[in-house]
Amino acid sequence: MDYKKIVKMGLACAVLSMTAGVALAQDSVAPGYYEALKGKKVGFVPISMGFDLTQGWLAGMQRQANELGYEIIVRDPNWSVESGIQAITSLIEEAPDLLIIQNNDNQSYNRLVQQAAAAGIPVIQVQQSVETKSDAYIGPDWFNIGTVTAQALVDKCGAGTSGKIAVVEGATAAPASILMKAGIEALVAQHPEVKIVSSQAADWDASKAFAITATVLQQNPDLCGIAGFWDVADTGTAGAIREAGLEGKVVLATSGGGSRDAGCAKVTSGEFAVYHSYNVAGQARDLNDAIKMLLQANLPAGSAPFALLSPLVQVTKDNMTPSSCWTLDEIGKTGG
Amino acid sequence: MSGSSGRGRFGQEEIIFAIAVIVFGVFSVMVPDFLSAGNIVSMVQSVSVLGILGLGMAITILGRGVDLSMVASMSVAIAWMLVQLNAGAPLVQALPMAIAFSVLVGIINGVLVAYVEIPAIFATLAIGVTVYGFGKFFLVESDVNHLPEAWRWLADMVAARPLGVPVPVIAFLGCAAVAHLGLRYLRDGRFIYAMGDNPIAARTTGVPVRVMMVLQYVISALIALLAGLIMTMLVTSMNTRIVSGTLVYDVILVVVLGGISLSGGRGGILSVVVGTLLIGIMLNGMTMLNLTYTAQNVIKALILLLALVLDTLINPRDEQTAQQGDI
Repeated sequence: MDYKKIVKMGLACAVLSMTAGVALAQDSVAPGYYEALKGKKVGFVPISMGFDLTQGWLAGMQRQANELGYEIIVRDPNWSVESGIQAITSLIEEAPDLLIIQNNDNQSYNRLVQQAAAAGIPVIQVQQSVETKSDAYIGPDWFNIGTVTAQALVDKCGAGTSGKIAVVEGATAAPASILMKAGIEALVAQHPEVKIVSSQAADWDASKAFAITATVLQQNPDLCGIAGFWDVADTGTAGAIREAGLEGKVVLATSGGGSRDAGCAKVTSGEFAVYHSYNVAGQARDLNDAIKMLLQANLPAGSAPFALLSPLVQVTKDNMTPSSCWTLDEIGKTGG
Repeated sequence: MSGSSGRGRFGQEEIIFAIAVIVFGVFSVMVPDFLSAGNIVSMVQSVSVLGILGLGMAITILGRGVDLSMVASMSVAIAWMLVQLNAGAPLVQALPMAIAFSVLVGIINGVLVAYVEIPAIFATLAIGVTVYGFGKFFLVESDVNHLPEAWRWLADMVAARPLGVPVPVIAFLGCAAVAHLGLRYLRDGRFIYAMGDNPIAARTTGVPVRVMMVLQYVISALIALLAGLIMTMLVTSMNTRIVSGTLVYDVILVVVLGGISLSGGRGGILSVVVGTLLIGIMLNGMTMLNLTYTAQNVIKALILLLALVLDTLINPRDEQTAQQGDI
């Protein structure tokens, strides 16, 4: 028996014993766990691939997909609702085992969610939901973000201040924006000492947020606080506060996915006084869990809808730790 | 071939200026604090980036072109600069690379329009899409790119107000002055008017039309870069998503609004300043009145339409020199 054969036999033995071990673990813990996921196809249609939220989710999801041997098919509509509709329509044709979509608003993808369910494809809606409920919703409770943001401002803009606050909204048709605004208004209604003097949509855009804030600060030089709707856009809000020389005088409370650049860096620099993170790293974990659950359960699409609401973490200068925020690199290596 | 648009008794510039004064008057009655010195500064400040972009666009339109790639080249060049800064490169490396990128885009635009003879509207539209795609694929991974903390002092510089005037306003008025003097008194400036008025006649009389065309797209790309730098320093980030937004149309709006004719050769830098001011007054007043974003867009669009109608009435197309494919 030559040397090569011995090595080959040794290898074969090792492989056999390892698979036996895996098979044992599967049988005793989760029957069919690996089989339920291996070789599956998961379609993912975000609003656009190029920003912290979607990049973070994908990094985390890709890590698990590589580990468990299923494929994630990403179709990037690059901020266009029409491209998104096309992407989802063609994915439904391709019949993946699961579909993950991020909505722009509460209408555009509504029929597609119904079509996917009719075609037997389970759908996870992430971050924003259309009216039709699907198998899973993963994302924040936006109303709640509105109330905690407003609470932070109410705490700082009580007696002894002008009590004036401004709201820099997202996009007017986005459920996130609508619900956050409702949350803010509901809380402010309970506090007569605080008054909303302006509420304008910046369309999730930093330059628009800058222009709106600059004008609002001119009109209300004694403004006490601003409720921002998204960290990425609120770099512009913060820029306008700085430009007006009101840094430290106007309290900016906002929220976002908790990336180090967009979130914690701005808390450290004092631009965001209070920041609520829905933690994209945690959302990536939620997405992964939902993928595993749905693919294992293998129920008819839409038969048992559930939600995993993203827990909020409040970050301020005082309570910030190195793990309060994440980087894409970290999620890609260890997250999800 | 005069720099002003007045052929009739009232040029468009004068009409728009009158509209601006009326709108200004209406807002000062309707909106408390509208007339405060601070608000007037803020009014100009909020549109100065738009105005700077408008100057670049004006130069191309005066030479009977148009640059639809401005916003794409601006956002990709700046985002690439930020990517380099975030990777630890020094500004003396990142900024010249961004400048080189913009110059290259300008040259490609110019060569396509001047030598390959593709109508400017199609050439620059295609280049804009190409630049964005190339940039997103090879240079810039994310849409949102933040200015690193180490370079924060740059942002603080732009946020300063020497003598109470914001840096963006100084930049806008400074660029406008340079562009005005250049177009009026430099030989090349007069050439741009000549080209815009009648390219064939200009060529016959010895104007190096093709070279001038390349030059005007390089200038517009560089002006776009400057506008992008200021925009980025104000908001400490650059989101390449602005390419898919309406910014480039807003730029055309301020140019056409003030009376620069889309058929070239008519209007001047003052037109851009007047157009920019009107938009600044409108945006500022509408924000103060707490009008919704959608309502503001509708009103803006109606004004553009009005300006286009005025442009066509005051500057009818010249059948002798207009060509198919011209805008």
